[in-house]
Amino acid sequence: MSTASHTGPGVFDARPPEALTAVPVRHWGQRVSAVVLIGLLGLFVWTVASNKNIHWSIVGDYLFDGGILGGLVTTVELTLLAMAIGIALGVVVAVMRLSTNPVLKWVSLGFVWLFRGTPVLVQLIIWFNLAVIFPHIGPSFFQADTNVVITSFVAALLGLGLNEAAYMSEIVRAGILSVDPGQTEAAHALGMPRTLMMRRIVLPQAMRIIIPPTGNETITMLKTTSLVAVIAANDLLTRAQAIYSSNYAIIELLLVASFWYLLLTSVASVFQYFLERRFARGFTRHGTSGPGLAQRVLGNLRPGRVGGGGA
Amino acid sequence: MTSLMVEAHAVRKHFGHFHALKGVDLEVEPRQVVCLIGPSGSGKSTLLRCINHLENIDGGILKVDGELVGYRLHGDKLYELKDREVCKRRAEIGMVFQRFNLFPHLTALENVIEAPIRVKKEPKKTAIEHGRALLERVGLAEKAKNYPSQLSGGQQQRVAIARALAMRPKLMLFDEPTSALDPELVGEVLDVMRGLASDGMTMVVVTHEMGFARGVADHVAFMDEGVIVEAGSPAEVLGSPKHERTHAFLSKVL
Repeated sequence: MSTASHTGPGVFDARPPEALTAVPVRHWGQRVSAVVLIGLLGLFVWTVASNKNIHWSIVGDYLFDGGILGGLVTTVELTLLAMAIGIALGVVVAVMRLSTNPVLKWVSLGFVWLFRGTPVLVQLIIWFNLAVIFPHIGPSFFQADTNVVITSFVAALLGLGLNEAAYMSEIVRAGILSVDPGQTEAAHALGMPRTLMMRRIVLPQAMRIIIPPTGNETITMLKTTSLVAVIAANDLLTRAQAIYSSNYAIIELLLVASFWYLLLTSVASVFQYFLERRFARGFTRHGTSGPGLAQRVLGNLRPGRVGGGGA
Repeated sequence: MTSLMVEAHAVRKHFGHFHALKGVDLEVEPRQVVCLIGPSGSGKSTLLRCINHLENIDGGILKVDGELVGYRLHGDKLYELKDREVCKRRAEIGMVFQRFNLFPHLTALENVIEAPIRVKKEPKKTAIEHGRALLERVGLAEKAKNYPSQLSGGQQQRVAIARALAMRPKLMLFDEPTSALDPELVGEVLDVMRGLASDGMTMVVVTHEMGFARGVADHVAFMDEGVIVEAGSPAEVLGSPKHERTHAFLSKVL
């Protein structure tokens, strides 16, 4: 009953209610911890930067080295192609999984079981050594030497792409299942055959659910490509390793590689943001979605904010 | 007999152990408006969804404009048709849903022209002209560029009606078109439906709007527990029901 005394007319004394303004909860702890963390970060950067054991001049020398840039191109190519294979095949496998046809469903289940169930590193090595079990591939009238067809680049692409397809198929399946069943009914009622309905109605809506984890997969893929170093596929890490194995500047070259990996993943994040905005059409009251990138980042940096506000 | 728009004889349908339709007969003549009324779970929506083969039937005959919808009759067996063939027949039957089911990623106009362009292969220009005319007809010409999320429930349902009409259907099915609407928005949708009826569209309407049934329907069928209990003119069924169950239902809703 102690609250009763606060609701009495005497509490606001003589001030008119228009003069009162509300103040949100102040999070002093957040401000203090931010300052402490920035201080610690500065200290860390200083220790690394001033470390006598890291030869920053070597980092500078190799940052734009031809070999490194060549590896960078291979890494980007591998990422884009493996993701293209992963997404295209993943959509097919997901649609098969959701089909009423039991044959298609089981083929899809088997595919995911196999390629998701074994480590991608193992798959890469198996593809690279395919010639050991199948020295020649192709039909009898058009046989080719396996070692000629499956170069280390092709082995890398097959290993990464098929593995990715298994993961992507689960992401796409989740996206398709998220679409309201009323949508497929409406499409059916308009006489749309299943493929058209999938392409024009279901998948565009599923994209909203599919894109964030796909961005995540792409960023993972950018880094997973470094595994192809084991089959000498000439990616960024392979090139960095090749250089440090002769000049022994191990940390310096790994810093160079890390710099490029970070740059690539940052670009991918920005790209993902714009893609998400494109597919949010019609899902917010105002047509486009929420605040811009810069505003959103700034909004999240403001103390007291929990989570982004965009749709 | 082939002059009937909808012809259902002894239509049966199970969902697992639930007997949704226990031998339903229904006849709808061209240009007629038939209202299906009854308590929830009585099978009226199921019957409607069987007419355009959104649900398959277990037995009986269900013809639209003299043709079986989802099946081919051979001997005494009904063989279900392939997706593509069913789609061709469905394209001639318009349907309006309780929850509108507009495509949220497309604007009002895009919702309306999607199927004419993709399914009927109409030239884009013709489809857009027709689509705009239909939006005008349902009173939403100025909302063509809006997404469904920017429209009220009543406006969304009117776009959904325009979308169904864009396929130039010979039959329109309405599945409780006003049940999901705020009371003040029901009128605008019913007005559009009244307009359609007076233009001579053949309509089968599942509804709880007894005023609409009384005013617009040529024929009212009362369903309960998977059968049509009683059918006739609105005056007969709604005014002086012969059956006890009809009487009990009407005393609750009127």
